[in-house]
This record gives sequence, structure tokens and C-alpha cells, in this order.
Amino acid sequence: MADPMKIRAQMKGDVADIRVLMSHAMETGQRKDGAGNTVPAHFIQSITVDVGGKRVLQGQTGPAVSRNPVFGFKVKGAKAGDKVVINWVDNKGDKRTDEATIG
Amino acid sequence: MDALRRTLLKGAGATGAIAAAMAAGVLRPSQVLAADINRAAFEAKDIAGALKAAGATNVADSTAIAIKAPDIAENGAVVPIEISSSLPNTVSLSVLVDKNPFPLTSSFEFANGAVPEMSLRVKMGQTAMVEALARTADGKHFIAKKEVKVTVGGCGG
Repeated sequence: MADPMKIRAQMKGDVADIRVLMSHAMETGQRKDGAGNTVPAHFIQSITVDVGGKRVLQGQTGPAVSRNPVFGFKVKGAKAGDKVVINWVDNKGDKRTDEATIG
Repeated sequence: MDALRRTLLKGAGATGAIAAAMAAGVLRPSQVLAADINRAAFEAKDIAGALKAAGATNVADSTAIAIKAPDIAENGAVVPIEISSSLPNTVSLSVLVDKNPFPLTSSFEFANGAVPEMSLRVKMGQTAMVEALARTADGKHFIAKKEVKVTVGGCGG
């Protein structure tokens, strides 16, 4: 099980500003370790974000996203107190779901 | 017993038909199940291939898509990118890096009030064009580009 995500969600005017940091190696499958063996690809490939019970964002990511990915996005129509649920799945089937409340 | 076996066989046949339709490009995975990954687009080795696999044809240049990225990135492993689209009804934004081994880095779909605006960090192997592709609700595609110079590549080695 991967480390928890760090989620920050705040209202800025009528738009919720949400930022998330995911803890993941995001191996490209092109890097070699000290012994010259290729490190197998291991990366988050699917992300979903629900706010207030509604799916607002669905993302597909490849290995070119940086290690420990940080994403920022904005949602109109959300309000303080709404629950933000973020979920990711990687190419090895590992997954993680975390939630936060818009402040 | 026999009836059950029939049903199972039939079920297998139907799944096979869907797989065949997908392979033929009739059904794009996103139409079957939105959560599916468009592997072909992520595994394409050049921009043209990635656009084609993503179903983006007749891509028009647009100044309504903004890309905020450093002119010079010192570390190619972490290049902060911000993309936004002021095109009406933008439903999807993708980020591509043209000199990377696999140009498509990520693709996002927006719904239920999400603003078509993203910030993320990508890896860049070398100095290249960062391209942002937007899809509008009527299925049209628009693209904008920005060059980012990279001093140290970030694709391993």
C-alpha cells in the first residue's frame, strides 16, 4: 500500500482550488539500476476526482509524469464542506483512495 | 448443466466480439468504459501517432489554449506545466512532449463544474515542444505549443 496522498482543497471565490500530491515512484521503464538492469515501469495510470459525490475529473497518466506527482485543478459550483475523494490506480494494480474536505 | 455451459460460451463469444471491435477501432476504449486506459495513445512514439490514437484528427492551432511552463528547465525530471483552455465547452485537456520516447504524458477529462485548467509536473528527456491538446464537447480538437529548453534530461539513463 502506497503512502497517503496529501490533498489541499480551499474555496477561492466561487471556485474550489484543489491540489494533490501523490507518493509514487513513477518509474519510466527506461532507467537502469546500479547493476545495469532495467528498472521495470511502474507508474500511476488512472486518476479520478469526485467532489460532493460527483465525478469532476478523470485522468489518464503515463510514465512521463514526474515522480511523486502533483496535480492542481479547479472546480466551479463546489462549496466549503464538500467532500473531495481522489483515487489512483497504477500499472501494477496498486491503488489508493484518500479524501479531504473543502475548507 | 449443459444450459449453463451454453450461456458461458455465449458470454465468452460476446466478449470476444467487443475485443475485436475495439481492435478494429470501431469502439474506442473510452466509449466502452470511461475508466479504461487508451494504451495506444500512451504507447505512440511520436506526436502524430499519439494524436491519431487519441482520435484527434483535423487538429487546429488555437490561441485560446494557454501553456505556462518555464522557458528553461534546469531539471528535466520535474518540469512544472500549467495548461488552461478558454474554448467554450472544453471537455478534455492532454499534455504532450514531442521529443519524449512516448510523447503523451497525461490526459484529463472535466465534468460537473471542473474548470478546464490543470497544473502538473512532467519529465522531459531534452529540449522539446510542450503541446497542449484540447477537445471540445462537439469533438473538435485544438492544440497550442510552447518550447521548453532542458539543461539536464529527466528520463533516466
